[in-house]
Amino acid sequence: MNSAAPSATPGPQVLVIDDEPQIRRLLQLTLESAGYRVLTAEKGQEGLILAAQHRPAMVVLDLGLPDLNGLEVLRRLREWSEVPVVVLSVQEAEADKIAALDSGADDYVTKPFNSGELLARLRVALRHAEKAPELPVLEIGHWVIDLAARRVTADGRDVSLTATEYSLLRFLVRHAGKVLTHRQLLRGVWGANAEHQTHYLRVYLARLREKLERNPAAPELLVTEPGVGYRLLVPAK
Amino acid sequence: MTDSDRPNPDALLKAVQREEQSRQRGRLKVFFGMSPGVGKTYAMLEAARRELASGRDVVVGYVETHGRTETEALTRGLPQLPRREMEYRGVRLTELDLDGLLQRRPQLALVDELAHTNSPGSRHPKRYQDVEELLAAGIDVFTTLNVQHVESRAEVIREITGSTVHETVPDSVLDGAELELVDLPPGDLLQRLQEGKVYVFDRATAAVENFFREGNLTALRELALRLAAEHVGHDTQFFVASKAQSGVWKTGQRLLVGVSPSPSSLSMVRWTRGLAENLRAPWLALHVDTGAVLEEPDRQRLDRNLALARDLGAEVITTSDQDVVSALLRVARQQNVTQIIIGKPAPPGPFNFWRSYVGLNRLIRLSGNIDVHCVRAEGQERPSRRPQLPRAGEGTLVQYGVVCGVVVAVTLLCVLLRKFTGHNPLSLIYLLTVVVLGLTVGRGPAVLAAALSACLWNFLFVPPLYTIRIGSLHDGLMFGMFIVVGLAMGQLTARLRAQELNEREREERATALYLLTRELAECRNLPELLGVVVRQLREVFAAQVAVLLPDSEAPSELLPYPFGTFEVSAKEQSVAVWAFRNVKPAGRTTDTLPSSAALYLPLTTPTGCLGVIALAAPALEQQTSGRRNLLESFVRQIALVLDRQRLRDAEQEAQWVAESERLGKVLLNSVSHELRTPLAALQTAGTGLRTAGPLNAVQTELVGEIEEAGARLNRLVRNLLDVARLESGHLQPRLDWCDLTDLCQVAARGVGPLLGTRSLTLHIPPGLPLVRADFVLLEQALLNLLVNAAVHTPEATPIEMSAGAGDGMAWITVSDHGPGLAAADLGRVFDRFYRATAARPGGTGLGLAIVKGFVEANGGTVEAANRPDGGARFTIRLPVTEAPKLPAEAS
Repeated sequence: MNSAAPSATPGPQVLVIDDEPQIRRLLQLTLESAGYRVLTAEKGQEGLILAAQHRPAMVVLDLGLPDLNGLEVLRRLREWSEVPVVVLSVQEAEADKIAALDSGADDYVTKPFNSGELLARLRVALRHAEKAPELPVLEIGHWVIDLAARRVTADGRDVSLTATEYSLLRFLVRHAGKVLTHRQLLRGVWGANAEHQTHYLRVYLARLREKLERNPAAPELLVTEPGVGYRLLVPAK
Repeated sequence: MTDSDRPNPDALLKAVQREEQSRQRGRLKVFFGMSPGVGKTYAMLEAARRELASGRDVVVGYVETHGRTETEALTRGLPQLPRREMEYRGVRLTELDLDGLLQRRPQLALVDELAHTNSPGSRHPKRYQDVEELLAAGIDVFTTLNVQHVESRAEVIREITGSTVHETVPDSVLDGAELELVDLPPGDLLQRLQEGKVYVFDRATAAVENFFREGNLTALRELALRLAAEHVGHDTQFFVASKAQSGVWKTGQRLLVGVSPSPSSLSMVRWTRGLAENLRAPWLALHVDTGAVLEEPDRQRLDRNLALARDLGAEVITTSDQDVVSALLRVARQQNVTQIIIGKPAPPGPFNFWRSYVGLNRLIRLSGNIDVHCVRAEGQERPSRRPQLPRAGEGTLVQYGVVCGVVVAVTLLCVLLRKFTGHNPLSLIYLLTVVVLGLTVGRGPAVLAAALSACLWNFLFVPPLYTIRIGSLHDGLMFGMFIVVGLAMGQLTARLRAQELNEREREERATALYLLTRELAECRNLPELLGVVVRQLREVFAAQVAVLLPDSEAPSELLPYPFGTFEVSAKEQSVAVWAFRNVKPAGRTTDTLPSSAALYLPLTTPTGCLGVIALAAPALEQQTSGRRNLLESFVRQIALVLDRQRLRDAEQEAQWVAESERLGKVLLNSVSHELRTPLAALQTAGTGLRTAGPLNAVQTELVGEIEEAGARLNRLVRNLLDVARLESGHLQPRLDWCDLTDLCQVAARGVGPLLGTRSLTLHIPPGLPLVRADFVLLEQALLNLLVNAAVHTPEATPIEMSAGAGDGMAWITVSDHGPGLAAADLGRVFDRFYRATAARPGGTGLGLAIVKGFVEANGGTVEAANRPDGGARFTIRLPVTEAPKLPAEAS
C-alpha cells in the first residue's frame, strides 16, 4: 500500500486523513518538503487503523469525510490517543470547527489555506504536545509575561492587571499559539457555570487589549478567530 | 416552627391563585343596600369621583339618576359612555353599551343596578353577565345591588314581603367582590320616601306601600347587614386560613342535594347553598333520571332548578337510574359526599304514603356514614302530577283492539270446549291469555284484557249463566285473581319496556358516538374530517350544521367552512365570534344572545378554542337531557379529533421543513466542497511553489497571478454560497455578544491586500456597548463593504471605517473618497445582481445584496448615501440591548 509507506526522511510523522486525492498529494508534498514523514488515508476508518499502527506524532484531519463524519473520527481517536490533531474545514462551518476544538482538536485551518499557515499551526500543535516544561517567563515580541512573579511588561513598562484579567492572560499564555474556543476560555477562567456568558470574554479581552496592545484596534498579540474564539499569537521564529 | 402551625400549602396556593386571578380579572365593588332609596348610587358616584381624582381612568357605563338633582350633580365631570339605543316593539330603550365599553377599556367602569334584566335582543339576558364580561376583560367595575336581588335570599324576602322577586343575581357573582354596605335606618328612609326623595317605579300601587313598611324594612336591613357580615366573615376566614397557622379552613365536608322537577327543589338548592357557604364546603346537585317522561312544564322547571344550582356554584351531575335512592347513594359514595340533602316527603296521601315512607327509610338505613338532611320543601305551585308511569307504559289504540279481538277469539274457543271440560279449566285458559297479553301489550290493554276476560268468563260460563252474579266463593276468587294478575302483568311489562327503552336510548347514544369516533378516525385530512362532522351532526340531531374555523390570516376572525348545510349570516357570524373568543356556548338555548337563529358551540381543547360548530334545528329547545349530553359529547369528541389533526398537520409540516432544510444543506455542502477542493489545491500549490525554491522575477509574478486568481475565485464562490444561503431562507444567525471594535479590526485584517494602495483608517471610540449579533455574518458584511469601496475607488485614496452608538442603536460606517454613487444607483445598490452604472468590469453585483441580507438577518439596517464632500458612505445600524452585568471582581 503506497499511501501507508513511510517516507525515508527522518522527522516527526504526520497522518493526513482526507478524501480528496489531490489535496492528499499536495499536503504530502508540502509536508515532506518541510521535513515531515507523511502517512495518508482516504477514509476515516482507514485513518484510525493507521493511527493505531504507526502512532504518528500528528494528525491532519478533514472534517468532511465520506464514510465517517470527521468529528466522529476525532472522538474515536481521542478515546485512546492524545496525538495533536489539526482539522481542515471550510469557512462557513464555524459550528463544526468549534465542535472539533471542543472535542479535543488542537487547531484548525480553513480551506483554501496557504501552506505557510498550515505549517505554523502544525509547529505550535507539536510543541504543545511535547509538553515542554512550562517556562516561567514568556517573551513574545515586546511583551514579557512572568508567570512566576505575576508580572507583565509591555515595551518595558509594567502593566497592572486585575485578577480576572491576569487569569485570562495566563490561560491564553499557557496555550500560546493555539486557538481557544469561547467555551474553553470561559470554562478555564470563570468556571463551567459561565460557559455561555460570552459577554464576559468580550469585555475582558477588550480591556486586556487596551492595556497590552500598542494599537487595540489592530491587535498583534491577542487576535480574534472570528466566530470561534481567540488566539495568543506567537510570531514564527 | 413546627409542622402543624405552618400555613397549609393548599391555602397558600389558593391565596396566590386568587391574587393572580384578581390581577388579571377586573375587581368588582358592590354598593350594597337593604332597599331602593338608601343612597347606593350616590355612594358609588362619590367613590368614583375619588378614584377619578386619584388619576384613574373612570367611565360611567350606565347610571340611573331617576332625575334626582343631587345624584345628577355628582355624575357631572365623570366621563360618560353613550348608551346603546334600541327599539323593542315600538318602545325606545337604552341599555349599557357593552361593546363600546370593552373597546374603550377604562380602568374602572360604573354600571348601576346589577340585577337589571336587559331588553330582548341584548347580548346577555342579565346585566350581571355583562359585568362578568367586563371583569373578564380586566376592567374594574363599581355597581349597586339591593339585598332582595341576591339569589340565595330571594326565598326569605318572599316570605317577609309577600312579593316574588324576579330579578335575581347569583351569589357566585358576589364571591370575589368587595361589598360596601350603604346603610340607612328605616325611619330615615321612610321620611325620605315621604319627601319624595326616593324613586319608586309606581308609587300608587299597594304592593309598593306594602313593601315600604317599617317592619319589612327592619327585616330587610337585618338581612343586608347579615349578608355583608357573612361576606366579611369569609374574607376574614380566608385571611386566617392563608396567612395564619391553624387549619380552621378545611372542614372536609361535601354536600349533595337531590334535584327534581318539583318547584320545591328551588328552595332546597338555596338551603344547600347556604349550608355549603357556612361550611365552606363544595356541593353537588344531582338529578336522577328515572326514565319517566317529563311534561314540558316539568322539564323546564327541572332545567331551571339545575341552572340555579349551577349559578349558585354547585357541580351539577345527572345520572340515570330507576331507583332514586340507590342512585343518590352511589353518586354520594363516588364523590366522597358527607351530607345528603333531600326534600321532606309531601304529606302522605292515599297513594304515595307507602312509596315516600319506604324510600326515605331506605335512604337513611343505607346511608352509612353519610348524614342525611331532610329539608322542609315548600313549593309555590303544585307540581304537575308526578308521572309515575314510565314511558311506553300506555298502550296504543291498536293494542286495545288486538286485546279485544284476542279475548273474543279465546271466548269462542271456550264456547267450543265447554262441552268437554266444564267451566273451571276455562278460567285457566283465560288466565293464560291475560298473562300472554300482559307480556306483550301495555298496562292499559292488559287491565282491559283481565277485566274483559273476567266478565266474559263470569257471564258466559259461570253458573248462573248469562248473569254477572258470582255464585260461589271459588268463582269470586277466580274473578279477583284475573284482575290482580292483569294489573301485575301490565305493570311488569311496562317497567321492562321502560328499562328496555332506556337501554335502547343509551345504546343509541353510545352507538352514535362510536360511529362518529370511528368515522373520524378514518379521516386523513381536515376536509374529510369536517365532512364527517357535518354529516353526523345533521343525521343524529336533525339539524342544519355549519362549522366555523379561525381565519389563518386574522386568527381572531372566523370563516365558515364550505361543507356546512346552511349559510351563517353576518349578524349570526358575530354570535359565533363571541362564542369563539369567550370559549362559551352562545345563541339559542343559551344565556348569550338567545334570540339568534342557531346554537354556537365552541370546540374547546386544552390548548384553546379551535373553532365553532353552529346548529340550527326547529326543535333545539325540546332536546331531552340525554340528547343534550350526547351533543356535548359529540362536540368534545370533535374538538379532540380536530386538535389531533391539527397537531398531526403541524408535525408533518415541520417534517417537510426539516427535510427540505436538510436537502438544502446537503446540496450547499457538496457544491461548496466540489468548488473549494480545486481552489484549495490551486492555492496550496501556489504557495508551495514559493517555498519550494528561489524563483526568478517572471516566475514570482506568475505565481502571484495564480494566487490572485485563486483568491478572487474563492471570494466569488463564497459570495455565491452566501446568496444561496440567504435565498434558501435557512440562514439562522448565531446570536452572541459582539465587540464592535473587534468586528471592525477583524474585517480590516481580512480585507488586507485587496485594498492595494488605498489606506484604511479606523475611527472607533472606546467604551462602545456590546451588540447581540452573529459575528461571522457581520464580519462578512463589513468585509464586502470594504471590498466594494476598494473596487469602486481609484488607487491611493483613503477609506475610513468608523463606529459609534447612541439612542439604543449602534452604527458602523464605511466611507470612501471615490466618485460616489449616481443618483439612479442610490436606491438600487442593494438589489441582487445590480451593478452600478459606472462600475468597472468584473464583479457580480452580489456583494452588497449579501451585506443587506446579513445585516437584516441580525435585526439591523443598512443604507447607502453620498458624503457631502464626495465619495460614498454605507451605514450599518444595529439595535443595542443592555448586556447582562459582569460579576463583581475581587481586586
